[in-house]
Amino acid sequence: MLAFIFKRLGQSVLVMLAVALIAFIMFRYVGDPVASMVSQEASISDQELLRERLGLNDPFYEQFFRFILNALQGDFGISYRLQTPVAELIMSRMPATIELALTSATIALVFGILAGVFTALNRKNPAAAAIMAFSLIGVSLPTFLIGIGLIYIFAVELQWLPSFGRGQVIDFGWWRTGFLTETGLRSIILPAITLSLFQMTLIMRLVRAEMLEVLRQDYIKFARARGLSKRAINFSHALKNTMVPVITIAGLQLGSIITGALITETVFQWPGIGSLFLSSVAVVDVPVMAAYLIFVGFVFVVVNLIVDILYYVVDPRLRVGAAKGH
Amino acid sequence: MSQPVLSVKDLSVVFHLRRGDFTAVKSISFDIMPGEVLGVVGESGAGKSMTGTAIMGLIDPPGEISSAAITLNGDRIDGLDEESLRKIRGRRIGMVMQDPLTSLNPLFTVGEQLIETIRRHLPLNQDEARDRAIALLADAGIPDPASRIDSYPHQFSGGMRQRVVISLALAAEPELVIADEPTSALDVSVQAQIIKVLKRLCAERGVAVMLITHDMGVIAEAADRMIVMNKGEIVETGSVGDIINRPKMDYTIKLIEAIPSITAQNPRYAAAVAKGHSFASERTGDPLVVVENLAKQFDLSGSLLARITGRRKIVNAVNDVSFTIQRGQTYGLVGESGSGKSTCARMMVGLLPPSGGTVRLEDTDIWSKGAEKKRRSKIQMIFQDPYASLNPRWRVGEIIAEPMRALGIARKPGEIAERVADLLERVRLDPVSMRKYPHEFSGGQRQRIAIARALSSQPEFIICDEPTSALDVSVQAQVLELMSRLQEEFGLTYLLISHNLAVVRQMADAVGVLHNGNLVESGPVEEIFGAPKADYTRMLLDAVPDISKVA
Amino acid sequence: MNDITPSAPKSRLARIIDSDIFYSYRTSPVAIVSSIVATVLILAAVFAPWIAPYDPFNPRTLNLMNGFTPPMSESFSGSFFLLGSDHQGRDVFSAILYGSRVSLMVGLSAILFAMLLGVTLGLIAGYRGGLTDTIIMRIADVQLSFPSILIALLIFGIARGIIPPNQRESMAIFVLIFSIGLSDWAQFARTVRGTTMVERQKDYVSAARIIGVKPVFILIRHILPNVLGPVLVIGTIGLALAIIAEATLSFLGVGVPPTQPSLGTLIRIGQQFLFSGEWWILFFPAITLVLLALSVNLLGDWLRDALNPRLR
Repeated sequence: MLAFIFKRLGQSVLVMLAVALIAFIMFRYVGDPVASMVSQEASISDQELLRERLGLNDPFYEQFFRFILNALQGDFGISYRLQTPVAELIMSRMPATIELALTSATIALVFGILAGVFTALNRKNPAAAAIMAFSLIGVSLPTFLIGIGLIYIFAVELQWLPSFGRGQVIDFGWWRTGFLTETGLRSIILPAITLSLFQMTLIMRLVRAEMLEVLRQDYIKFARARGLSKRAINFSHALKNTMVPVITIAGLQLGSIITGALITETVFQWPGIGSLFLSSVAVVDVPVMAAYLIFVGFVFVVVNLIVDILYYVVDPRLRVGAAKGH
Repeated sequence: MSQPVLSVKDLSVVFHLRRGDFTAVKSISFDIMPGEVLGVVGESGAGKSMTGTAIMGLIDPPGEISSAAITLNGDRIDGLDEESLRKIRGRRIGMVMQDPLTSLNPLFTVGEQLIETIRRHLPLNQDEARDRAIALLADAGIPDPASRIDSYPHQFSGGMRQRVVISLALAAEPELVIADEPTSALDVSVQAQIIKVLKRLCAERGVAVMLITHDMGVIAEAADRMIVMNKGEIVETGSVGDIINRPKMDYTIKLIEAIPSITAQNPRYAAAVAKGHSFASERTGDPLVVVENLAKQFDLSGSLLARITGRRKIVNAVNDVSFTIQRGQTYGLVGESGSGKSTCARMMVGLLPPSGGTVRLEDTDIWSKGAEKKRRSKIQMIFQDPYASLNPRWRVGEIIAEPMRALGIARKPGEIAERVADLLERVRLDPVSMRKYPHEFSGGQRQRIAIARALSSQPEFIICDEPTSALDVSVQAQVLELMSRLQEEFGLTYLLISHNLAVVRQMADAVGVLHNGNLVESGPVEEIFGAPKADYTRMLLDAVPDISKVA
Repeated sequence: MNDITPSAPKSRLARIIDSDIFYSYRTSPVAIVSSIVATVLILAAVFAPWIAPYDPFNPRTLNLMNGFTPPMSESFSGSFFLLGSDHQGRDVFSAILYGSRVSLMVGLSAILFAMLLGVTLGLIAGYRGGLTDTIIMRIADVQLSFPSILIALLIFGIARGIIPPNQRESMAIFVLIFSIGLSDWAQFARTVRGTTMVERQKDYVSAARIIGVKPVFILIRHILPNVLGPVLVIGTIGLALAIIAEATLSFLGVGVPPTQPSLGTLIRIGQQFLFSGEWWILFFPAITLVLLALSVNLLGDWLRDALNPRLR
């Protein structure tokens, strides 16, 4: 077990390094850092001086090493656009995104799995057909359209829920939460639903397909031949076997909720890192882009690690070796 | 006169397909008496599995039981609702399925699956159920059952797994066990053991057995009575000895005739003896293929890390194998799965480079530089699975023409078409077949297409890797006969690889026996079969379920 | 002995009509309806220049006074607008036709690019196995867990930083196609690699290797035809996703340049006026987008079920 964790950690470090490399290349070579920092009138010699001071003439690997060192200490440079340290920017906006992502992920997982199991077990049921139809629409609707639609119905026409912002927030140390106020809770509903819809339909279809596949297997037929009850077959045998592949894919998908929240954040003007990234892309604010890339890489690596460990725990074929004896 | 355990009258199973209705089982009737083993034998499509499934009430749409009167110890069990059927399954009728690997849920321990079944049908608590499960496993011959009960299915070998499956079938003390091809996925030597276990356990408990299989040898060893099915109907019923030795119906006669037995002498040997000369003087030529010290190692170490730290896992698939094949002869290579015979085949045809040793064709090492051309033009191969050996998206004509084109034997479309038509005729197929696709042909026909393809490059040496293992017995006989005829016509040399000893005895002139990568014995066919020297060979010949071993 | 097969070989057309796929098609109302809808939309988009009643991008024909005309009514200057006009007097119907054209063109190009890249890499990874396979699949795995929007945005940002400003407009479409395509290839690669690995083990590949057919030809002539089924399914669904991706990027302002508005751009424009009552400027482009994506998705779904031999 320990060897397995070490191996995965090693791979994770490698992936992070690769991501850091790409981020660094972007950071250094896209656009001109010096030109973005100084005013128009600075002379060539002044620019050269600045270049020297910033260490921009040093060899590649030295700069890369410095980049990594800085990153590990939380220093990602200064945003071109806002002239504030990038790390500060990201930290201040991260709680908003994380809360939104967690809420959406919960909704997507719970409803997705329930709907998936239901439609797999009750294929002829009209409700199941309706859910499948709904899921197809869910995959065909762009997230931003869903957001706009929901705002129009619930915020403008019915006036039940707010149409933008986080509502009132409370500070917990450096974490700023919206969960503890009424307006905070009401504000998160529409964005969370919007963000979760796509993932929910994906998970639902995945669970359904996997479960149908499992139900076709020989061991299910053998279980029926032994007279086991329907509940035992569906929820003990079939469900357990379905969950194994679902865990991996669902886990990866959910990792992408955090990073993919930017559309929803834009539509709802949610002050998270997604919308930060978007505005930085529009003006090519490279330090923010690079930092966001590293953040995304980190999320991906952590999610992958957790998923791999879960997989290892759930599937006995990975834990114990194969047959001995005859 | 006791009443039958199972009484089936006029059972019919119909499938409603879009092209019309297909009747898989046509109004069959039979009985099984208490404690008896009834064999249900037939080729593929005969409807034997369907019968077993129908009795369990497990036929799913688009199939349905269109009529039946099935009685289990006096109780009608056809036409029951799902809940009542569930009470019968496992409790009164147990089932053993073909593939032990897929029959057991890989995520649950063997114990969990046993206890779950026991507690479903019998009023026992957790501990009592566990004790009973351990007892069942011990009875089935699984060593150290008290600790192995907590193992997962993948930790058992194939034979052990099937014993677990049998325990599961018997867990709730049923009156009848339906065994659907229980030995077909197992090695030859293991098959015999499993049959013994099944028979013993059922005899001890007075459980009747319905043994469904295509393998007449298994029936001969295990069953008391049998029914022969063909195309959904029962052709003949009777005791096993009667039917095998004195078949009455045409179909049964043809079927029995087509089955090779390991006790039947090699026909060419018999003919030579009749003429008075010793077998050695028939069919000698110069050696065409010489295999010397052939070896293959596989490195299963896995990750790079394991390789570096020296914890390597090397498997010796083939170990120092040497034999010679005379021109125009057939050399049989027998062994169980894992013996290395397929690996040898692949090394001899040019698909897998050997780790050591040489393969010479007419004094040329086929693996030496510059030998590729000779190797490709002189050696060919026929594969086991007729469904996987032809590209489903290619027309038959293109498939057969490919070797010709690749080797430059023919290039112009007209010439190619002529040659392909000629080859198709030689394998007794209509030349118009060349415009069709493989899925339009049956298994036996596809294998003939594969033979035509092998011939199209005009080889001298053909390696046949289990060429008839996937075919029905009657079709097998036709294909083997075709192969013999072609050998005479073209002067071909064959390497015949098979786990079916009877077929090898019939077809081969010399035989080699492989066990775990080692050639334990090699020599003329009748020597090996008539007077085997190696222990392993003797064990193998004893263990094989053969039609001659009528109980 | 069944030697002679009596039936004559069927012509290609007969084979298709009699096939299971076609049967599944003509008995599925969903498939028929969605294919009709998709065809209509696609044809309308292709023939936009001939169908559109007005040219919405020619500044000379635009009259600001025609702005904000509701659907099915006449404007200030007497022109009839089927679906209304936007704030600049542009005919919404015509704008949708031309917009669909752009959306379709970008979506189709992107998915074709992704298909080409993904299928090639998948074939290579599946056939060669070993280190090549591990590397390619690891990269594909990494990419699959990043939402495509992110990748597209990243590439867009980098391209922006590299390409000088005067060339940005003309390159915008290519950057867009490239970025959407690059974010989608992994799906193709993964599926193709899986199927390739299965087919590679099959004996017909061994038979080809025995006679010395080179791996390149084995991949193209033998394995590729067997891989196309799943590719088609993913391609159809991927097309829908590509169209949505383009719309999203254009909506966010980082997609097509304003001179070639797509449906996403139109929605972006329409959003400004949604809450002040001129709902049609957003509504009709949105409906068109959804219909397009939905019909393509339905087709892909039906295709997947039709090609799966076990689901019957």
